Amino acid sequence: MKRVLAALFARIEAPLAAAFGPRNQPFANLGALGWFFFWIAAVSGIYLYIFFDTGVVNAWESVEAITHEQWYAGGVMRSLHRYSSDALVVVVVLHLLREFALDRLRGKRFFAWLTGVPLLWLIYVCGISGYWLVWDELAQYIAIASAEWLDVLPIFGEPIANNFLNSETLGGRFFTLMVFIHIFGPLFLLLMMWVHIQRHARARVNPPRALATGTLAALLALSLAYPAVSQPPADLDVVPASVGLDWFYLAGFPLLDVVPGGIMWLAVGGGSLLLAILPWAPPAKSPPVAVVDLDNCNGCGRCADDCPYGAIEMAPRSDDKAYDREAVVDADLCLSCGICAGACPTATPFRRAGPLVPGIELPQQRIAALREQVIQLSADLSGDRRIVVFACDQAGADTLARDDTGVLTMPCVGMLPPPFIDFVLSRRLAEGVMLAGCPEHACHYRLGDDWTRQRVARTRDPFLRERVPRQRVAQNWQRPHRRDLRVTELAAFRATLADGSTDHA
Amino acid sequence: MPRVAGIALQIVAYAAFAASIGYLSSSPDYRYGNERMAVVKISVSHATERLEPCEALSPEEIAKLAPNMRRDLQCARERASLTLELAVDGVGMLDLREPPSGLWSDGPASVYRRFELPPGRHRLALRMRDSARAEGWDYEHAQDVELAAGRYLTVTFRSETGEFVLR
Repeated sequence: MKRVLAALFARIEAPLAAAFGPRNQPFANLGALGWFFFWIAAVSGIYLYIFFDTGVVNAWESVEAITHEQWYAGGVMRSLHRYSSDALVVVVVLHLLREFALDRLRGKRFFAWLTGVPLLWLIYVCGISGYWLVWDELAQYIAIASAEWLDVLPIFGEPIANNFLNSETLGGRFFTLMVFIHIFGPLFLLLMMWVHIQRHARARVNPPRALATGTLAALLALSLAYPAVSQPPADLDVVPASVGLDWFYLAGFPLLDVVPGGIMWLAVGGGSLLLAILPWAPPAKSPPVAVVDLDNCNGCGRCADDCPYGAIEMAPRSDDKAYDREAVVDADLCLSCGICAGACPTATPFRRAGPLVPGIELPQQRIAALREQVIQLSADLSGDRRIVVFACDQAGADTLARDDTGVLTMPCVGMLPPPFIDFVLSRRLAEGVMLAGCPEHACHYRLGDDWTRQRVARTRDPFLRERVPRQRVAQNWQRPHRRDLRVTELAAFRATLADGSTDHA
Repeated sequence: MPRVAGIALQIVAYAAFAASIGYLSSSPDYRYGNERMAVVKISVSHATERLEPCEALSPEEIAKLAPNMRRDLQCARERASLTLELAVDGVGMLDLREPPSGLWSDGPASVYRRFELPPGRHRLALRMRDSARAEGWDYEHAQDVELAAGRYLTVTFRSETGEFVLR
């Protein structure tokens, strides 16, 4: 199922990446878009609250006044409020499916997934409670249906539905409770969203400016062209026979007419439980975590800066070296991506003094072994346009290997210290180096592709040395199943390489 | 992809996104009820009789109690179940037996049901038992009502007067 979903996402995302560019591709920014839509709903909601009459008697009239008497401001704000809330549901569901498809939920990555489950509940509570406040026929339908559904739970002394029996029984107190829920629900949602990203260093909570501008413009255009309006006012003596539903939030309500409420609670509760345990179904095996070698750690902090999961802290020095700090790995947070080793300035294959042991590295794929592998790989290559491909395990690049192309894989291509590129080219181990990894913003371990690009472009430490001819270094960021594109780009890269000669300084 | 084609595709993507949000935010309509039928809602929430009658405490027993806990009667907490029957035009529609709420079965028993009836004149007969008696009824009520299509009739019970109210 994951593979099918992943292939489906890849198929949808390819043309979007071509149109928007990899960085602005909407599916690569679903989480950030969720934050963006939340803020639009929050700001527009605050504006609406200024003019909203929180009493049940005048609620409908006040919403009508907001919608029609100040259509250019209140009306637009109301539409933005509704449409951004709907868009939030869309991106959150897609975000969940995409993270599942890309298998970013198992093992130590469980936290974001697990904390995402209550977020779904909170989003729905916030959205549904908002529809009550208009107190139109739709609100009446939702009020009765949800009250009847809640009454299935044996926790209420009196049926909540008694509040909505007829116009005489309708009480303002319950309505006030809904206003309270609709204000404090989003605040709690925001708190949980913050918790949701706690294990992600540099979590992206803002979409790229172009994408934010585009989506806001689209929602504004929609608000002007098709403004959100109320349905006729609620009348508890009249059956609301036909209602225009917001299917993003209320799609489950029609089911309550055909499925017993108890079964629906079981389905919703069981579904949530199933979602919550997915990271452990089956449990993932955790590889050994990164290890620090204090003799080689100078406490520079680059590994801590680059770790995508905040698994490295810089602590006061525990030995007698003349440095202030040392790297300390939190084994509970470390995903063994190796990006820290790629950031370590001591992880250079040019080192001659003593054994090649960097300040930090993965015990299962040591930097010294990587150097030996490159040398061995090069010895086995033939031809005058040899290429060494450094690829991440997810890239599916190992199938590129042939007589003149050697492939070295690692958990994440961000694990490759830039001096290795220099090492391969300056020692004439190959005529070209290709870096192959996940697409932009789709790195399996987060940030590995970003850091690699920036290191090569010399905008992030450790830099790739200036002397390295950039025309001999290719980068290929594709999804695993796009082997065809990798082969094409590899062939194109090979064609650009000079035959055997080097233009190294 | 050529720049113009890329921009065109972006516009198409934004338009599709906005259009789908706009449409599904209020369409298609959902037909909730049958507008040619009337809907009866019956809701009764009533504290039934206690299963054991209360016993009067003697002055000595009252004196033994803490000053803030003194009372005249000693009552067991558990209440009887609520039994409710509804017949429409002589045909039984509901026959319910609801236990009292609360961990100690000392809260009110509640009944809430909603069902459709064809519009027109109907005779509703209600019978309710709120005590531990095995036979007979504590409350009975029958009333002719005129039901209109697309409108609710609500049936409630006023515990303080012991009356059914049809509205």
